[in-house]
Amino acid sequence: MEQVIIENEKEDLMVVQELKKHFPIKNGVFGKTTGEVKAVDGVSFTVKKGETFSIVGESGCGKSTVGMSLLRLTEPTSGKIIFNEENMLDKNRNELRDLRKNIQIIFQDTYSSLNPKHTIKKIISEPLVINRKMTNEEMETRVLELLDLVGLGPHHLYRYPHEFSGGQRQRIGIARALALNPQLIVCDEPVSALDVSIQSQILNLLEELQKKFNLTYIFISHDLSVVEHISDRVAVMYLGRIVEMGSREEVFQNPQHPYTKALMSSVPIADPKLKDKKQRIILTGDVPSPKNPPKGCHFHTRCPFKTEKCAEIYPEYKEIKGDHKAACHII
Amino acid sequence: MMERTIIKEVEDLNVIKKNSKRKSAEWAAFRGNKIGMIALWVLIIVSIMAIAAPLVAPYDPNTQDVINRMKSSSSEHWLGTDIYGRDVLSRIIYGARTSMLVGVISVALSSVIGFAIGMIAGYKGGKLDDILMRVLESIQTIPLLLLGLMVLVAAGSNIYTLILVITVGLLPSCARIARGSTLDVKEKEFVKAAISMGSGTIRILISHILPNVLSSFLVISALHMTSAIMVEASLSFLGLGIQPPTATWGNMIMDGFPHVATKPALAIYPGLALIIVSISFNLVGDALRDALDPHISKKRK
Ligand SMILES: Nc1ncnc2c1ncn2[C@@H]1O[C@H](COP(=O)(O)OP(=O)(O)O)[C@@H](O)[C@H]1O
Ligand SMILES: [Mg+2]
Repeated sequence: MEQVIIENEKEDLMVVQELKKHFPIKNGVFGKTTGEVKAVDGVSFTVKKGETFSIVGESGCGKSTVGMSLLRLTEPTSGKIIFNEENMLDKNRNELRDLRKNIQIIFQDTYSSLNPKHTIKKIISEPLVINRKMTNEEMETRVLELLDLVGLGPHHLYRYPHEFSGGQRQRIGIARALALNPQLIVCDEPVSALDVSIQSQILNLLEELQKKFNLTYIFISHDLSVVEHISDRVAVMYLGRIVEMGSREEVFQNPQHPYTKALMSSVPIADPKLKDKKQRIILTGDVPSPKNPPKGCHFHTRCPFKTEKCAEIYPEYKEIKGDHKAACHII
Repeated sequence: MMERTIIKEVEDLNVIKKNSKRKSAEWAAFRGNKIGMIALWVLIIVSIMAIAAPLVAPYDPNTQDVINRMKSSSSEHWLGTDIYGRDVLSRIIYGARTSMLVGVISVALSSVIGFAIGMIAGYKGGKLDDILMRVLESIQTIPLLLLGLMVLVAAGSNIYTLILVITVGLLPSCARIARGSTLDVKEKEFVKAAISMGSGTIRILISHILPNVLSSFLVISALHMTSAIMVEASLSFLGLGIQPPTATWGNMIMDGFPHVATKPALAIYPGLALIIVSISFNLVGDALRDALDPHISKKRK
């Protein structure tokens, strides 16, 4: 009971309301818009200070597009992104620049996230050069401090990204993201490209840094075991929408939406108690294209429990317990 | 999934070992290309001769010696003399000067301006991109030689108009290449990261895009040297380039042309010089491309 109260006392850091991102499909020759990819189609969630909020779902469901939209690295079609009580989408370029420093991002592809032509020193000092009036010595001290925070030694300063392993490159990306003391870090599949043993090192590093600097993470992943390890709260996405959302315990131990259940049954679960309780749902068919999402509930084309209603009306969220909710007609 | 990631990590380690000195690896790749190296040496020698022409050339290129006109090769005149008795070898050496000068200046101008335009168009996108690219496309539909003919006839032929024409003619393809590379680089996540740190457009163009398109810059510049030198020679041959008596390879071919039946050497020697230098630039360009930018070579194939 006490814990619930503490949970509620946590302040909201980011509130996302009805976020949509539709990419126009351009017809080659004349550049005429012939349709839209509804990559993100009305996503709402709240992220509290100091927590790890995970977005999980199959590849192509719009997770990265949500992540990019949160920093306005891609311009959302509509919706609200309220960060520290200010709507990011109302801001002009200069205001946005100041606001955005509090939000940083780390990526899955550690090759493409570091400029191959820059040394590590240049990469990590870039945010400092852009934003702070620092002397060269102060800057070097800060870069070494950041390298140390992510577990890399000073002898790496003048090396290039290709001289590092994937795990080390991800550490460099994390150091760069930390340079401006952000409040929120969007982690877009930060460990998906890494070897399993290195995955846990990076996850531990992220957790350690979170404690040290009271960071908030929005953690994007398609890997449920990683999400179970790191999250406080979890949102499950399917074809541009969140189908289920709640605390990690609730979503993992008491999944309600058939899609969440299906995802859960596709991963091996270590806990034998859970194993028995688990309902196995095997998905059939392919994920429909976001160019032409099915009418009604997006999941109905693959859902073993679908009813007539499912093909007609998109289900509202139903509250399950606390802030655990799911969008499905049959629950 | 696991297997794949492990393999990737192993690959990573290999990459680390292999690439620990990548700068020299690229140079090694270039050096490994024998033909490219030979071509490079040819160009180095030709450039040195061009720069040091007054020291290297055995005679003044314009001194006429009517008594000794149209002589064949001899120990005094290695490549013989032309219709005015001028030393052909000396004129070829001085001609290299003109060709290289016109080539280097117009290629440098067109590459720098073209890359600036292409990078801005590619990075900014939208209307600006559309307009810039349409304009350049319309220039490109006119063959370079025809463009040269029109402008030089209209504006009079001197070295400045010649350089201007070649520069304008080469601009569009530079801009297109730069735009294409920029479109690739701009999608890279390090650019997104830079934006999120507060980088402005200029900073991103200079600090992030430029270093990553520099290899295409070198490749295109080398390949364009061929076009520039050929066009300069063609226009001079047509009497629209650099005016006689200045020695250029085009002028020399034109001077020798009426005597092709009786004294083909007069047109053949400057022609050979032109072909050797053009092919060398092309080969160096290809070798550079293979060494620096496997990406482009894939696209072209
Ligand atoms: N720039 C873009 N233009 C058009 N479609 C895009 C673009 N970026 C992403 N998409 C589409 O949006 C959908 C969601 O993509 P993404 O957010 O990358 O998914 P995820 O990260 O979950 O794998 C995909 O169908 C993808 O093809
Ligand atoms: Mg993604």
